[in-house]
Amino acid sequence: MSATGRHRYVSTDRRVREDRRFVAGKGRFVADVELPHMKHVAVVTCPHAAARIGKIDKRTALAMPGVHYVLDGAELAVATLPLMTGLDTPNVPRRPLALDIARYSGEWVAAVVADSRALAEDAAEAVEIEYAPLPFVLDAEAALEKGSPLVHEAHGSNVLLDRTFVWGEVERDFAASPRKLALRVKWGRSSTVPIETFGVVASWDPWRDMLDVHASIQMPRFADQIGIALKIPATSVRVHHDVDVGGSYGVKRGIKHAVLCGYLSRRLGFPVRLIEDRLENMRGGDAHGPERLFDVEVAFDDAGIVRSMKMRALENVGAYAGRSPFQLGKPIGAIVGPYRIASVQYRAIAVVTNKTTQDAVRGFGQGPTNLALERAMDEVANALGLDPLELRRRNLIRRDEFPYLIPSGTTYDSGNYETVIDKVLANTGYKELTAERDRLRREGKLAGIGIAACLEPSGGNATFEALLNPAITTSTFMDSCRINIDGLGAITATMHTTSSGQGHETLVGTVVGEVLQVDPESVRVTRPDSLNSLPSGTPVGSRMAIMLGGAAFHAAQKLKAKLTAIGAHDLGIPLERAVYDQGSVHDRSAPQNKRGWADLVNIAFRNYHRMPAGFEPGLAVEHIYQVPTGGVLPGKDGRVQMYPCFSFEFHLLLIAIDPDLGRPQIMRYRLGHDCGTQINPKIVRGMTMGGIAHGIGAALYEEFAYNEEGQLIAQSFMDYLLPSSHEVPAVDIVDHETPSPHTVLGQKGSGESGYLGAPAAVANAINDAIRPLGISVNTVPIKVSKLGDLIAQARERNAR
Amino acid sequence: MRIELNVNGALHAVEVEPRTTLLDCLRELLDLKGAHAGCEHGVCGACTVLFDGVAVRSCLMFAVQAVGSAITTIEGVTPGPGELSPIQDAFCETHGMQCGYCTPAMILVAHALLADNPEPTREEIVEAISGNICRCTGYAQIVDAIALAAERMRGVNRPRSLSK
Amino acid sequence: MKAAPFEYSRAADIDEACAWLAADDGARVIAGGQTLVPMMAMRLARPTRLIDINRIAALSYIKEQGDGVAIGATTRQCVVERDRLVADKLPLLARAIPHIGHAATRARGTVGGSLANADPAAEISLIAATLDATVSYRAGGKTADIPARDFHVGAIVTTLPEGACLTAVRFPVWQGKVGTAFHEVNARASDFAFVAAAAQLELADGKCKRIAIGVGAATDHPIRLHSAERQLTGSALAPEAVRRAVEEALAGVETLDDLHASAAYRRRVASVLAARAVADALADAQGKTTNAH
Repeated sequence: MSATGRHRYVSTDRRVREDRRFVAGKGRFVADVELPHMKHVAVVTCPHAAARIGKIDKRTALAMPGVHYVLDGAELAVATLPLMTGLDTPNVPRRPLALDIARYSGEWVAAVVADSRALAEDAAEAVEIEYAPLPFVLDAEAALEKGSPLVHEAHGSNVLLDRTFVWGEVERDFAASPRKLALRVKWGRSSTVPIETFGVVASWDPWRDMLDVHASIQMPRFADQIGIALKIPATSVRVHHDVDVGGSYGVKRGIKHAVLCGYLSRRLGFPVRLIEDRLENMRGGDAHGPERLFDVEVAFDDAGIVRSMKMRALENVGAYAGRSPFQLGKPIGAIVGPYRIASVQYRAIAVVTNKTTQDAVRGFGQGPTNLALERAMDEVANALGLDPLELRRRNLIRRDEFPYLIPSGTTYDSGNYETVIDKVLANTGYKELTAERDRLRREGKLAGIGIAACLEPSGGNATFEALLNPAITTSTFMDSCRINIDGLGAITATMHTTSSGQGHETLVGTVVGEVLQVDPESVRVTRPDSLNSLPSGTPVGSRMAIMLGGAAFHAAQKLKAKLTAIGAHDLGIPLERAVYDQGSVHDRSAPQNKRGWADLVNIAFRNYHRMPAGFEPGLAVEHIYQVPTGGVLPGKDGRVQMYPCFSFEFHLLLIAIDPDLGRPQIMRYRLGHDCGTQINPKIVRGMTMGGIAHGIGAALYEEFAYNEEGQLIAQSFMDYLLPSSHEVPAVDIVDHETPSPHTVLGQKGSGESGYLGAPAAVANAINDAIRPLGISVNTVPIKVSKLGDLIAQARERNAR
Repeated sequence: MRIELNVNGALHAVEVEPRTTLLDCLRELLDLKGAHAGCEHGVCGACTVLFDGVAVRSCLMFAVQAVGSAITTIEGVTPGPGELSPIQDAFCETHGMQCGYCTPAMILVAHALLADNPEPTREEIVEAISGNICRCTGYAQIVDAIALAAERMRGVNRPRSLSK
Repeated sequence: MKAAPFEYSRAADIDEACAWLAADDGARVIAGGQTLVPMMAMRLARPTRLIDINRIAALSYIKEQGDGVAIGATTRQCVVERDRLVADKLPLLARAIPHIGHAATRARGTVGGSLANADPAAEISLIAATLDATVSYRAGGKTADIPARDFHVGAIVTTLPEGACLTAVRFPVWQGKVGTAFHEVNARASDFAFVAAAAQLELADGKCKRIAIGVGAATDHPIRLHSAERQLTGSALAPEAVRRAVEEALAGVETLDDLHASAAYRRRVASVLAARAVADALADAQGKTTNAH
């Protein structure tokens, strides 16, 4: 039984069934897939930040051992359509291989196919390409300036998106507020960098007109987009969802790789494999994430009530854009965070520069936005001499105010922020923490307490697409589950997407088991391929617990209803008297009259004469589930409901900094987490800790740094620093459950938890530590050397 | 070059180029897919195998160099088809993984640690896995798994490994 | 990231290794490979032949030699880490070794490999410079020595002659009331250091009889703070005097500037860590084993 006693299997401490194959090294990752006659691709990349591509001489490469083909952008462009873009920007096409112009250092210009990866790399070195370097721009603000080099001439500017939204009486609220402050916050280019790079094996069968795709993919509409680009029907594309994905957290879009390999397979007649090596991945693969500059202005009163906010978010998208500019739109659905800010002006600008194209990253822009918001709140507290926690309390939406409509048109479903915070503080007295900070300060360290109160929007109602691109009218966001009980009574449930460690098979088994009141371990869960699948939005937007959980729940309910009806009919009783109990159906008035599981299955499969009239034989059901609160497009005023559910996280941490070295150390970390009903607590805890680790990385260590020549200087793990077990402290997590009224079990999402608030909390803690020196830092990552130099300069100034 | 490698207690003859790494040899020629390529430059640790009982990065060794040493992969510490060792089972109990990509490496590191140090402190566990990057878990449940495995193995009447 | 093709030979002894090296100027020796193999994977290093010296037993040893301790070139870093003789006679080296990379890289990486590679941040290189070690090499059938101060001269640059193979390093052992300390700072616990400092001193009658201070990772090769050493010899090592001496010694030193740390940071922190190392070495010599970090 779960802790609350409400559920039999949901919320209990169950093992994750997927783990069993992983501990034995028997996962099936894309690099484990071997098809007969499979050949290997290595790419040739552009060394310049921008260059016109001249002659490509393939002769030497083609003559090398084991080499089958060298493909260039011109040939591929004739045979394929450009890849999907999210915004309406027809003059900013993107393709797997650069056509005429390469626009970032590391961009793929040619692809070599050979018998082995090593031979392909040998030949890739031998492809001779003439480049005529072009002027380039790297900085987002520079890209906005008149006279900046244009990344895409035909587009006429470097701006892909520039929209300003005004929700509420912003100017009036600003004028009426006695105090204002402005600050600039920068989120450095970082990403989630899975340990497995993206890989794909594409195999064309001309006898069945079928392209089989095995890929380390996490993206909706993958088969569709491959089909469109290759100009073949999507029903000629079969994506195998049973490939295990070695981490993705948003980034694995894989579309250029799949189109490239799909074309090559069709052209050459054998399976073609491309596994990004780490250099290909970091420089030009599915790797980069947001790089965002915020200018935030808040208007508040002497009590610290923040009334209005203006935010300008400038995103450096890189040289091309698929879906990634929408990462400016998703945060609109939680633009005021957990606070009662009454009006907001939001300007979202996406610019192209000659950097690597960014991909979707965990949170889809929410993490950077939370950083900006929480830094602003801390600075408001500082301006008033108020404790930052007290400042939050005065502004938080109160538990009795839900459902709560925010200025941008989204209604927050439920929340109890105060209780979560109180629980964390009960665990760790704020006074004790403050005393410890002060003791560290007396010992000569810089020390600070950081808090962050953040929302995790979940459910994936991605109406920001329609909001930022009026040509898009999508209001359907769905997921599905099919359940079949076979002739001997065994249950199989399906999920229709890939999984990258979130335990979805366990999720489905648990939910189906809960509804049918059978042991979840008895429920087989499969991942059929894309042609055998019902629609799925895939694991984005922290949606799977809600959406896949919802679909599985409803399908199981349908099955339970069918079983109950069959039982009632066979017992000769009215439906209202029939009780379903752990797989059997009995008469409420005479419980000894019952039909067991085997009986019910037998009737359904073999005794049609005993079935209720009009019923289909067998025991198969499916449910396609539309996102709760979905189905509405943005209004003319730019207001719309986005995600349905809002999880809450409250971070509280203590940081000590050696002032001479500038090196921060997290001494204590507490987190309060509320994602509603937790279907599997082990999974939720794991995702949250992983999110915190990602957040610590983004706050302190990780950056895709470029030099002035436009070269990525952090192109291996020696320079792009990932947190190890030493860098991630032990975290005390306190859970609370405020169920969502919108979901089948009260569950909210937790796929992005920890990541969305950790950078803000770390940044706030460091600022609390260095504030006595009269300095602040609003750029992440906060690197040791930069912090050290900042502190040294301040001490010098203060000494004078 | 034709070489003979001692992998998981058996000798295997393979034909390799000198430049074939031990990682690629295990995966491509011996069909042992449990060791994974994460970076191929010796930082992430996903390619970890035991080399004469010691955890090393198999991407930083050429197969030809491995002749004469005992190599143990995740397949070599799995007791049988469908069976889990106490360490593997502990990882399942605490959910010390998510995507599973770094997991075989973490388990081998745990094996090496616990063979050497049956009662590690949490700090010692953290230090032992600090050369293996995980992007999913934030390490907490991995540390829990190794601590749990150590506890369980201490309680079991079995011979301690005499070899290093 | 597959290496470019190469030939492979296993050398039975050091002279055979040198013969291979002499026969092909694209040939390189491979020991632990923890630095060489990543470079080959990225195709930044493209040897035509790798000469594997890992199994030359005669190159793997730790033994007393005259008034010092000699370590064979192919001795694994992890072996040095656990060695009793090293802990006893070369405590400064014992302090530095755990900071090198990770356990998995120390399991393969060798002392000779680290010295020959000569990374500016290499800990063993710093200790060799600090203790005035002597590096031995073999070439054309003859063995010769290079003092550490003349050996590691630039970033990844040594004065090892063409075709020579490093065979051993000998660290002098200090007698008397000796204290040591080692500090480094990096972004993550096991990264290449931004700055490292090593100090060894000998006390007599409460005063500093002898002192060696080395700074690594701040410049393109490890340096000694000779002027500070001279100033502090004979003194009581008062903190303010140490701080000033160290700062003066570092003034005018051009420090490295890169993605990870600025030149200003390196100069400033070199001073801080060198002073801390001296203070901790003093405490160590006095029998109080504390480390300021």
